[in-house]
Amino acid sequence: MALRAARSVRVTASSLWAAVATETPGSLASLPAAPARIRVRLGPGSLPFPRAGASRGLCTSALRFAVRKFTDKHEWISTENGIGTVGISNFAQEALGDVVYCSLPEVGTKLNKQDEFGALESVKAASELYSPLTGEVTEINVALAEDPGLVNKSCYEDGWLIKMTLSNPSELDELMSEDAYERYIKSIED
Amino acid sequence: MQRIRNSAWGLLDLLCAGAAGVRSGRPTATRRPLSSGQEPLKKTPLFDFHQSHGGKMVPFAGWSLPVQYRDSHLESHLHTRRHCSLFDVSHMLQTKIFGKDRVKLMESLVVSDIAELKPNQGTLTLFTNEEGGIIDDLIVTNTSDDYLYVVSNAGCREKDMALMQNKVSELKSAGCDVNLEVINNALIALQGPSAAQVLQAGVADDLRKLTFMTSAMMDVFGIPGCRVTRCGYTGEDGVEISVPAEKAIHLAEVLLENKEVKLAGLAARDSLRLEAGLCLYGNDIDEHTTPVEGSLSWTLGKRRRAAMDFPGAAIVIPQMKGRLARKRVGLTSTGAPIRQHSLIMNTEGAVIGEITSGCPSPCLKKNVAMGYVDGGYSKIGTPLLVEVRKKQQEAVVSKMPFVPTRYYTSK
Repeated sequence: MALRAARSVRVTASSLWAAVATETPGSLASLPAAPARIRVRLGPGSLPFPRAGASRGLCTSALRFAVRKFTDKHEWISTENGIGTVGISNFAQEALGDVVYCSLPEVGTKLNKQDEFGALESVKAASELYSPLTGEVTEINVALAEDPGLVNKSCYEDGWLIKMTLSNPSELDELMSEDAYERYIKSIED
Repeated sequence: MQRIRNSAWGLLDLLCAGAAGVRSGRPTATRRPLSSGQEPLKKTPLFDFHQSHGGKMVPFAGWSLPVQYRDSHLESHLHTRRHCSLFDVSHMLQTKIFGKDRVKLMESLVVSDIAELKPNQGTLTLFTNEEGGIIDDLIVTNTSDDYLYVVSNAGCREKDMALMQNKVSELKSAGCDVNLEVINNALIALQGPSAAQVLQAGVADDLRKLTFMTSAMMDVFGIPGCRVTRCGYTGEDGVEISVPAEKAIHLAEVLLENKEVKLAGLAARDSLRLEAGLCLYGNDIDEHTTPVEGSLSWTLGKRRRAAMDFPGAAIVIPQMKGRLARKRVGLTSTGAPIRQHSLIMNTEGAVIGEITSGCPSPCLKKNVAMGYVDGGYSKIGTPLLVEVRKKQQEAVVSKMPFVPTRYYTSK
């Protein structure tokens, strides 16, 4: 059985227990107000203004807005200057529970839309991650090696998973808007 | 316990009712609990209590049980090791075997020396079949009230009942005096270093005298007719309290008034037992595993080994000498957690076994697992490889329990 050349990020022993050490206060992510650093270039399917009633930590400053699209597998992607940032939704992190280990791909990995690119592990189970779009991994969130609980605490901000190029930006149109995703969650609940 | 594979966010399906309930404030009772077989799930006497305390209910062995409450899995697990937790284990089957020939009946089905049990002493034992395979693991207690008190797994309820009842009929036709009765009590486990102190406040008996694997009838917080057994499934000191069903909620509420006590569900129960090196029937042992393969030779009674008079003895006893094709071992690793069904390989990459249970250990800063390996690889310290999502992780055969147990053995 040949060893695969690709390796996921090695997680040091201390990182598993960041969740324990920090004693995540509860399963609901409380989203901190993020600095006004993101400018989103308007592309197809994106929205030029903050969504009214969008309570997922979107700062109401007119200069700062993040356009987020969602997959039916509960990942989100937001784009800036042709780079997409990928994470999991609040609904997903709540259901998953405390993340104790993040298995992420190497920088340079080429992904097709819906390719499995890693997994998030809770004590109980592993949940695979699927690429929302086709592209190449440009960066992974190394903070998760020390503090995998960031995925729970800040799933839309500090708990981002990977950044990737967009080989085919029109794939964004196939994803759900935040409103559509909210409706989708409701349909699962009922 | 289920391992979620193949479906993305399969865990989500399991918990979405609970998560939705938490988000919207809607009680999960609005969803009628159904098992995968579409029969309604059985409810324990504490079902309403779980829901009112924020329990996320899931199907388990045909029952609707809480997988966790408002605290996270990690918090619940650690609370049990530091303080104590209350678990509803009423799904397990409790039976009473009585009559002059009760020991004869029990010994015809299990591997242990039941006749040698002192009054009020219990033991973990195994039902075995004619091939030496384990039908179930269970605790049998020789009560001082002329009956054997038997607690066995919920998932094996029907086959255990059939096994015991058939044997009752068989012995009765041969003129024996033996009978069986199901005890329809609730069963509440209180586990952790402060469990005994919490319980002592509600019982007149001196719990310092109730040592590990002994049992007694007593009034508990004013409820008569309770059986308290010093045993559990976490590796900690603790008790299981068999309480009349109509008083179960009252007892749970009284126990919860003590701030040492928090509720814990199936998730914490599984990670606790795994750290303690305890088998889960269906995962780590089954009808295709013998006690020797399962590293449970200690359950084989000394007299029974010599007499070779338990079911499957002719196959099991010879296994105690010589090399085994498969043996249950503990494994530890760092990196990606090891889970059930992962393949185990030797350092050359040849497949030599499979993982049967695994999780990241909340206490130990590493991953713990159990699995079966070719007997030649079962020595403590043997380096092995485990395949995790197409990558090979290093693991090492390790002693169990992984976390030292703290049973109250009175020394």
